[in-house]
Amino acid sequence: MKHVVKILTLLVAITALWFGLLQTSVIPRSHTWLLPIYFIVSLGCYGLLMVGIGLMYFPTCPQEALLLQQDIKEAKEYLERKGIDVSE
Amino acid sequence: MEETNKNKNKYSIIIPTYNERLNIALIVYLIFKHLRDVDFEIIVVDDGSPDGTQEVVKQLQQLYGEDRILLRPRPKKLGLGTAYIHGLKHASGSFVVIMDADLSHHPKYLPSFIKKQLETGASIVTGTRYVRSGGVHGWNLMRKLTSRGANVLAQTLLWPGVSDLTGSFRLYKKSVLEDVISSCVSKGYVFQMEMIVRACRKGYHIEEVPITFVDRVFGSSKLGGSEIVEYLKGLLYLLITT
Ligand SMILES: Nc1nc2c(ncn2[C@@H]2O[C@H](COP(=O)(O)OP(=O)(O)OP(=O)(O)O)[C@@H](O)[C@H]2O)c(=O)[nH]1
Ligand SMILES: [Mg+2]
Repeated sequence: MKHVVKILTLLVAITALWFGLLQTSVIPRSHTWLLPIYFIVSLGCYGLLMVGIGLMYFPTCPQEALLLQQDIKEAKEYLERKGIDVSE
Repeated sequence: MEETNKNKNKYSIIIPTYNERLNIALIVYLIFKHLRDVDFEIIVVDDGSPDGTQEVVKQLQQLYGEDRILLRPRPKKLGLGTAYIHGLKHASGSFVVIMDADLSHHPKYLPSFIKKQLETGASIVTGTRYVRSGGVHGWNLMRKLTSRGANVLAQTLLWPGVSDLTGSFRLYKKSVLEDVISSCVSKGYVFQMEMIVRACRKGYHIEEVPITFVDRVFGSSKLGGSEIVEYLKGLLYLLITT
């Protein structure tokens, strides 16, 4: 099954549930009408929150940059000795 | 190193290059340094770099042997995706590693890719930057933001089952790479994402290892332009075709 079909199925299921709620009026109708808006807003919030958390805890590695500089120096020295062109 | 001593597998390391004359020499040295007891070959796919990358590779062949470093050039710049396919045709190992030449992918992680594969029997081991003990160095806020945004979007829409979709430091069983790569058509970042999403849909066993990513020190980036638009188009394409 193509992935877009899975997502559409999910959306259809949610819509069906919503219609069900509208019909049976377990919760007041005025609330039920607003549910899709709540749904979209919370989806947006979820997205922003995840990006925010991702940015806050973005893993960085400054020490790796230093280690790489050492590796570059070591490699250049070795290769130069072996007569390989490592000029910039 | 216990496992790697008994390891009889051969690994083909495919490195596409375009204007990487300095980086390719450094990375070859570092690969030999970190893979001492492993049977491997390095396949350099150079797209006619005007900076003399191929001359440097020939010098390296003199030093390390033409059976260890294979130069498989192409006449002109034809793109990354086809460079992998081209290199793959010449690979004699049962496993293939794909990595960038620009030292963003450090060869010191190669043993952990190999170890993970031996331990789990996975078809694909992919390097991930977005976990603890992984990481990125040298990105500005904008780059971090686009990277996080792209990742959240892809995770929510595609449910791919791996945490780092656009990274390209990966180890594949050769047969698996041949299978997956033949069904991929995208370019650029989307290509890496398409590979892993298709592999996931085909039900291949995928494992992750943490890697760190230091932005390139020498040379210049070859990707660019309307990356975000391309990415969104790629996402849509993957939604309908996988
Ligand atoms: N053979 C070949 N190699 C390429 C081509 N374009 C890029 N490459 C190589 O592919 C690798 C990745 O390219 P980069 O320019 O570093 O792309 P990137 O890592 O996404 O971008 P940065 O983060 O800026 O480094 C490098 O080893 C390049 O030399 C191409 O058209 N042909
Ligand atoms: Mg790079």
